[in-house]
Amino acid sequence: MNCQFLVHLVISLIFLSPTFGEGDTLPILKHKWSFEGPSGTFKKDALQRGYQVFKEVCSTCHGLKLVSYEKLMAIELTKNAVKTLAAEHEYPDWDDEGQPTHRKGIPSDKILSPYVNDKAARSANNGALPPDLSLIIKARLRGPNYVRALLTGFCEAPAGMIIAEGMHYNPYFPGRQIAMAPPLVDGQVTFADGTKATVDQMAEDVVTFLSWAAEPEMEERKQMGVKVLFYLFILTFVLYLSKRKVWKDVTKDNH
Amino acid sequence: MGILKWIDRRLPFISLVNHELRDYPTPKNLSYMWNFGSLAGMILIIMILSGIFLSMHYIPHVDHAFNSVEHIMRDVNAGWLIRYIHMNGATLFFVVVYVHIFRGLYYGSYKSPRELLWILGVIILLLMMATAFMGYVLPWGQMSFWGATVITNLFSAFPFGESIVHWLWGGFAIDNPTLNRFFALHYLLPFLIVGVSIVHLIALHQFGSNNPLGIERKEAGDSIPFHPYYTIKDTFGFAVFLMIYCGFIFFAPNFFGEPDNYVPANPLVTPPHIVPEWYFLPFYAILRSIPSKLLGVLAMFGSVMVLFIVPWLDRHPVRSSRFRPYHRWFFWLFVVDCFILGWVGANPPEGMFILIGRAATSYYFAHFFFFLPLLSYLEPVMPLPLSISRPVLEERPS
Repeated sequence: MNCQFLVHLVISLIFLSPTFGEGDTLPILKHKWSFEGPSGTFKKDALQRGYQVFKEVCSTCHGLKLVSYEKLMAIELTKNAVKTLAAEHEYPDWDDEGQPTHRKGIPSDKILSPYVNDKAARSANNGALPPDLSLIIKARLRGPNYVRALLTGFCEAPAGMIIAEGMHYNPYFPGRQIAMAPPLVDGQVTFADGTKATVDQMAEDVVTFLSWAAEPEMEERKQMGVKVLFYLFILTFVLYLSKRKVWKDVTKDNH
Repeated sequence: MGILKWIDRRLPFISLVNHELRDYPTPKNLSYMWNFGSLAGMILIIMILSGIFLSMHYIPHVDHAFNSVEHIMRDVNAGWLIRYIHMNGATLFFVVVYVHIFRGLYYGSYKSPRELLWILGVIILLLMMATAFMGYVLPWGQMSFWGATVITNLFSAFPFGESIVHWLWGGFAIDNPTLNRFFALHYLLPFLIVGVSIVHLIALHQFGSNNPLGIERKEAGDSIPFHPYYTIKDTFGFAVFLMIYCGFIFFAPNFFGEPDNYVPANPLVTPPHIVPEWYFLPFYAILRSIPSKLLGVLAMFGSVMVLFIVPWLDRHPVRSSRFRPYHRWFFWLFVVDCFILGWVGANPPEGMFILIGRAATSYYFAHFFFFLPLLSYLEPVMPLPLSISRPVLEERPS
C-alpha cells in the first residue's frame, strides 16, 4: 500500500512534466555543461570569456538589467575592473538645480540596457524586441541547451520555405524564423587567454555566463545542499533507530 | 514546578498538551500513511514562516513585483533559499495533502462518526487551493498573469458574470488592484487554514484516528499513548520528507515550475500554452473537457465539492478497503483516473486528449455518483477482526 502510493506519485510527477513549446522545431541536442548535476560549478575562465562575448556581441541589442556591475566580481573580475566597466556608461541623473543630466556609472548600478525602453528597442530592430538576457536560461525550456542550439543553429532555409523580410532561418526557434541575425561568426572576438573564438566556443561560453547571470546563487546552493542532505541523512538514520527502539515492545506483541 | 501548576490551574495549557499530545490514546496499528496529516501541519508552518520573510521584501505592485522577487533571489541574504523553500513547499504541500486525502478514501476515514472531520478537511483543501492560486500570481510572470486571467474569467460563465469578474479584478482588467488584493488574501488565507486545522484536530481527537483495519478500538491493548510512539514516528517521517524537500530546493528548485514564469507579465503577449501548476491539472482537464463553458466551470468546482458528500455516497458499513475487495479495485481505478486527468490537463486540448479527457471526466463523476453508491449495496460485508490487538481472523474464539 505505502509503496504503491509512492511509486504512483513518482511516476506521475515524471510524466506530468509537460513538453511544451516544441512546435515544428528541431529536437534540441543535449550538451555537457560544467554546471550540471549536483556538484556542477561554473568554470571561471568560461564565465569571463562568456562575459566578453556578451559585452562585445550580445549587449549591442540585449540588456542584462538584473545584474549589477559589482556582481561581476563573482566571475573574478577585480574591483577596479568593475569600477572601470561601470564608468564606461552614462546613467540619467539630476544636477543640483534639478535639471536632467548624466553621471558616470558606479559598481552598484545595474548593467545598462542598450535601449532606453521597449519602443526604442523595437524601432531600432525592425519591430522586433530583443529580450533582456538576465533570466533567459531559466525562461526557456531546456534553457542552456536551447540557447546554445539557437546560437549555433543558423543555416540556409530549406528550398521552398519563404523567409519574411528581415527574418532569418533558425530551425530551433518557434516558427523557424527569427528576427535576430546570426550573431556569432568565427573569430569575432579575441579572447585574452588565447582560446580560439569559434562559434561553438563562443556559444558555449556565453551560455555559461548567462546561466550564471540567471542563477548566480547556483554554486552556493548546491554546496549548501550537499551539507544539508548529509546532515539530514544522519538525522534520519538516528531517528529511524530511535523509532525502532521506542516501538520494539509494540511491534513485538503484534506478531 | 509551583509556578507552572499555578498557571495551569488558571490556564490549563500544560494539561491540554499532556492530554492531547502526550497521553492521547492512539490506535497502535497506524501505518506510515497516517504520517501525512502531521506532515501537512509541519509544511503549513514552514510555508507561513518562509512567506512572512518573503513578504518583508516583496512589493505587490505591477511595476515592481517581478523585480522584487528577483531582488529576493539575488540581493537578499539567503533570499533564494527562502523563496525556493516557499515555492517547492507549495508543491509538496499538495503532494502530502493529496496522499492524505487518498488515504482517507482508501480506509474510509470519512465514515461515521468522522464525517465532520472529513468535511473540515475538504474546507482546508479549498482554502489551500485558493491560497496557492493567488500565491502563484504574486511573482507577476507570464504564467502568473495568464493563469489569473483564465481562472478569474471562469466566473464570467455565471449570470451577471461580467460584473463578478470586474468585481474580482477591482477594475476592468487584471491590474494593480488585482495584484494587491491577491497579496492581501494570500497573506490572510493561511491563517484561516491554521484556524480550520485546529478545528480539524479537535474533531479528530473526539474519536481519535481511524486505522488500517477500519474498526474502532475495543480493548485497552488497542491503544498506545501518542508520546513517545507517534511523536518519534512522525518526526522520523518528517525527516524523510525533509530529505526529498531539500533535494528539490537545492538541486532542482524549478523542477515543478514553468519557464514562462521567469518572463515578466505582459498583457499583450499570450503564452502559447497556458497551464496551471501540476496540482490543478486534473481539475483543469475537467474544465476543458466539457464543451459548454458554464457546465465546465460547474463540473470543475463540482469535482472538488463532491468530496463534501462522500460520507453519504459511500454507505457501505465497512470502512477499510482492506476488507472491501471490490472497493479496493475501484479506489485504484479512481487514482489512475486522477492521474490520467492530470496528464490530459498538461496537454493542449486537441486530438485524442479531448476524447481521453471526456472519458476520464465521466469516470471521475461516475466513481462518486454511480460506483460508490452501487458498491454500498452490492459489495458483501466481510467478517472483520475482533479487535486491533487480535487482527488475525483465525484467532477468533470458536
